[in-house]
Amino acid sequence: MGLQEERETFRMEVESRSQNEEFARVTVAVFMSRLDPTMEEMDDVKTAVSEAVTNAVIHGYQGREGIIYIQAAVEGQELTVEIRDKGVGIRDVTKAMEPMYTTDTTGERSGMGFSFMEAFMDEVQVLSAPGQGTCVTMKKRIGR
Amino acid sequence: MKEKGFMYEARGQVLVIHLPKELDHHNCRDLKVETDLLLAENYVTKIVFDFSETRFMDSSGIGVLLNRYKQMERSGGKVAICGAGTQILRVLSIGGVGKLVPRYDSMEAAIAG
Repeated sequence: MGLQEERETFRMEVESRSQNEEFARVTVAVFMSRLDPTMEEMDDVKTAVSEAVTNAVIHGYQGREGIIYIQAAVEGQELTVEIRDKGVGIRDVTKAMEPMYTTDTTGERSGMGFSFMEAFMDEVQVLSAPGQGTCVTMKKRIGR
Repeated sequence: MKEKGFMYEARGQVLVIHLPKELDHHNCRDLKVETDLLLAENYVTKIVFDFSETRFMDSSGIGVLLNRYKQMERSGGKVAICGAGTQILRVLSIGGVGKLVPRYDSMEAAIAG
């Protein structure tokens, strides 16, 4: 082993179903466990992954069939997670990321999904366009 | 596969909702319909959310709590929380619910409080 930090990666595809929200967050948590995270760091990542996958299920694919692409990588102490869908995409990403903004009309959705991702991760980047799907990339440094 | 969902318990005019282990969008789907029905058919002055079995919650849980809070506020009722662990408390605080809804250590205190 040289001085260069090794990069380890993981990727999976899940069907866009609400049951897979838990499956995705637990799987990413197991993958990141090689960084020896604290319980709090694990919970933070699980929450952020849950938010991104839930967005893909509800908004990206709007409850219809689709595949959610999940990738994660560790390099040094940094974890990167990417959640991507090929759903309807977001017209105005800045507006979608505003706290409490939601397109939901039942009142049951808090509109805090992106705020939670930003609160629990160090970096959140969202790439999207109508008809082009959405790709959320999140980074977190483990063990400060 | 059917997970164990919400358990509803009536304590006088208090509705205690025992929450599942994982409170996410998937597990929250039935809560609105079920509580709307219970609130329509019973005189409820307070809802107590019991988190003692819950290990994980995301913003879907915040949506559920805020909506029930607004519902109860309109009818002059109250909402309280009990048994919340570390992850739940962090999520409640970031979700801004910490300031709105009183927290108790035990269910009895939440019912009485």
